[in-house]
Amino acid sequence: MKNRFKRAAKGARLAHNKNTQNIATVDLPVPEKILLPMQQHIGGTAVPMVKKGDQVYVGTLIGRADGYVSAPIHSGVSGTVTDVRPIQISSGAWVPAVEITSDGQQAVDPAIAPPKVNDYESFTTAIRNSGLVGLGGAGFPTAVKLTMKDLSVIDTLIINGAECEPYITADNREFVENPQDIISGILEVKKWLAIKNVIIGIERNKPEAMDVMFSLIKGDPSITVKPLPSVYPQGAEKILIESCTGREVPRGGLPSDVGCIVMNVSSVAFVASYLRTGMPLVARRLTVDGAVAEPRNLRVIVGTPIREVLDYCGGLKGEVGEIITGGPMMGVSVVAPAFPIHKQNNAVLALPRAAAQLPPAGECIHCGRCIEACPIGLSPVIIAKAYNAQNVDELDRLMVDPCMECGSCSYVCPAKRPVTDTMRLAKAMLRKGAKKK
Amino acid sequence: MLVKSSPHIRDNSSTQKIMLDVILALCPAILASAIIFGLRALLVIAVTVVSCVVFEYLYCRLMKKPNPIADLSAVVTGILLAFNLPSTLPLWMAVIGAFVSIVIAKQLFGGLGHNFANPAIVGRIVLAVSFAGRMTAYAYPEVTNGVAALAGATPLVATRNADLPLLTLFLGTHGGVLGETCAAALLLGGIWLVVRRVISPVIPVTYLATVAVISLLAGQEPLVQLLSGGLMLGAIFMATDYVTSPYTLTGKLVYGLGLGIITCAIRFWATSAEGVSYAILLMNLLVPYINDLTRQKPLGGGKRK
Repeated sequence: MKNRFKRAAKGARLAHNKNTQNIATVDLPVPEKILLPMQQHIGGTAVPMVKKGDQVYVGTLIGRADGYVSAPIHSGVSGTVTDVRPIQISSGAWVPAVEITSDGQQAVDPAIAPPKVNDYESFTTAIRNSGLVGLGGAGFPTAVKLTMKDLSVIDTLIINGAECEPYITADNREFVENPQDIISGILEVKKWLAIKNVIIGIERNKPEAMDVMFSLIKGDPSITVKPLPSVYPQGAEKILIESCTGREVPRGGLPSDVGCIVMNVSSVAFVASYLRTGMPLVARRLTVDGAVAEPRNLRVIVGTPIREVLDYCGGLKGEVGEIITGGPMMGVSVVAPAFPIHKQNNAVLALPRAAAQLPPAGECIHCGRCIEACPIGLSPVIIAKAYNAQNVDELDRLMVDPCMECGSCSYVCPAKRPVTDTMRLAKAMLRKGAKKK
Repeated sequence: MLVKSSPHIRDNSSTQKIMLDVILALCPAILASAIIFGLRALLVIAVTVVSCVVFEYLYCRLMKKPNPIADLSAVVTGILLAFNLPSTLPLWMAVIGAFVSIVIAKQLFGGLGHNFANPAIVGRIVLAVSFAGRMTAYAYPEVTNGVAALAGATPLVATRNADLPLLTLFLGTHGGVLGETCAAALLLGGIWLVVRRVISPVIPVTYLATVAVISLLAGQEPLVQLLSGGLMLGAIFMATDYVTSPYTLTGKLVYGLGLGIITCAIRFWATSAEGVSYAILLMNLLVPYINDLTRQKPLGGGKRK
């Protein structure tokens, strides 16, 4: 039971819309061309390792990781590199991108072999080479997350199966369709990082996933399945840690500060498959839903144009106002349907115009709903006031920096104010102000 | 196709819907006032509502601000102001009350969301101070001869001498300003607001509980105290005004407690019979401080790593 006197942290009461929960995953046919931007993760932009005309195979390294926080990028098709050009990604940055025209053979790179793992070092190196990033949407390089100076501080591995965003059921299908990989992935991470306890957190709106996990973990007292309330944003890292362990990550801290590592369920399943096959991250499961003719779950090669994904689901239906990769709360607007699927995209959603178009903002009526909704326990309406007054000290006192931009405050605002945008600006102001000092 | 920052969707709430819910919640009490005090009560309500809306429109027109009357907040203020007036009040006084509420207490401070005190409370207090005689010339429910009497004391004053039956207090068939007497109708409205999640029950419950406890300690009859005067109206509809009440659970508890203490202090130990509107006004002024002192604690306790 949360202490309501400390913070309301009610989150947002969202319609779950898990329409594809029971629809089995199918493979999207191999696209004619894929486009691989060298930035599909948090951290340094990968460096292209191929040039126009090069022959590549499934699993061939296309971009090498640049720096410690970065991830390599591999080809999901066999064929020829037909272009290397800069493209503008959704953040607005220009990054190099490699276009590969498929030969339809899907020939696997002969160099692909299961990695040799015999200790912690070789395990993290293998993960680093696999190109794995957080598949739940954040895209943080997994190897960085698993590398730490002092392993002994970690006692709990939390598997994030909350999947709290509306529509998305990709992780649910992972539980149902690929449970063995999840368990063996968990055991690998547990073994090489010498972690004592594992908690698999699943929102209660996924009964089938919970049943599968409960039956598989029987007899292993170190793994528990934790049913979680279906409240957005249950799957946010710090919220999940609190729900599963009762521990609160300190301000500016990391999960390791409270002895936890959090991994997405699809990410941990990929670990098992990589150690078994050596095939790097070149394809992933994602949910296609919203205003499309046939909502479904697809296994898609990374770099496939979003248009092909939508066309395979029967195309758009009705008047569509916006296409999003990821969920409607934290996902990213797609600028053009020719844009490719990234590693961290767990969904492609088409929002009807009526849902996508936002009403005009009115005056704040100080109802306090943003304060009640904020899962972190911040006070957006008070922060907005300090932001408007450009009071950096006050922003520091109000602690705007732990805001994770989950969107709950904007979602619940009856005056339809862009509260989350103000929080973003306030965070930037605090960062800038703090630097000056 | 749109390209925008997240979140990409919004819930279906709106300021207008919230105000509409408040208006709906006020309807039982409007009906009760018409039954208890006759059609004159409806006339007063109509006059304050229309003048509040007109003043809001004219002010914003004059100041070249966007026309805000569609948010319905002026309608709510109009009804609440009328609820604080006796049904016998000359209509021009009601219009002055509307002017004070909308132009002085609300718009001069920046309009909806920027007023420091509840506009209807300010309107009532200005009228009560300016026209003390007419503001306490309560109408009494139609008695045997069918004539509304203009005289006498409200139950709060009366209970110092003789007790009214509790049922009369609950149904509101006694003297008073036109919207405050029928506790039953006000409670019905309050339940509607809580069910529709427009208000949290914390402020009204804390306020009423505090009054009940202090009444008991002061040797007064708690139920009589709860059901008389403007307490129900104030606790349910005036103290829960978003703009002028605290945000957090702790803040709301402190606010309700303060309201109860001030109300009882005025009722039991001051010369004025009624303390609700002054209690709300005083606590309105403290809201910024309450908000500052009762801010919620972020996850991680706000301790830096």
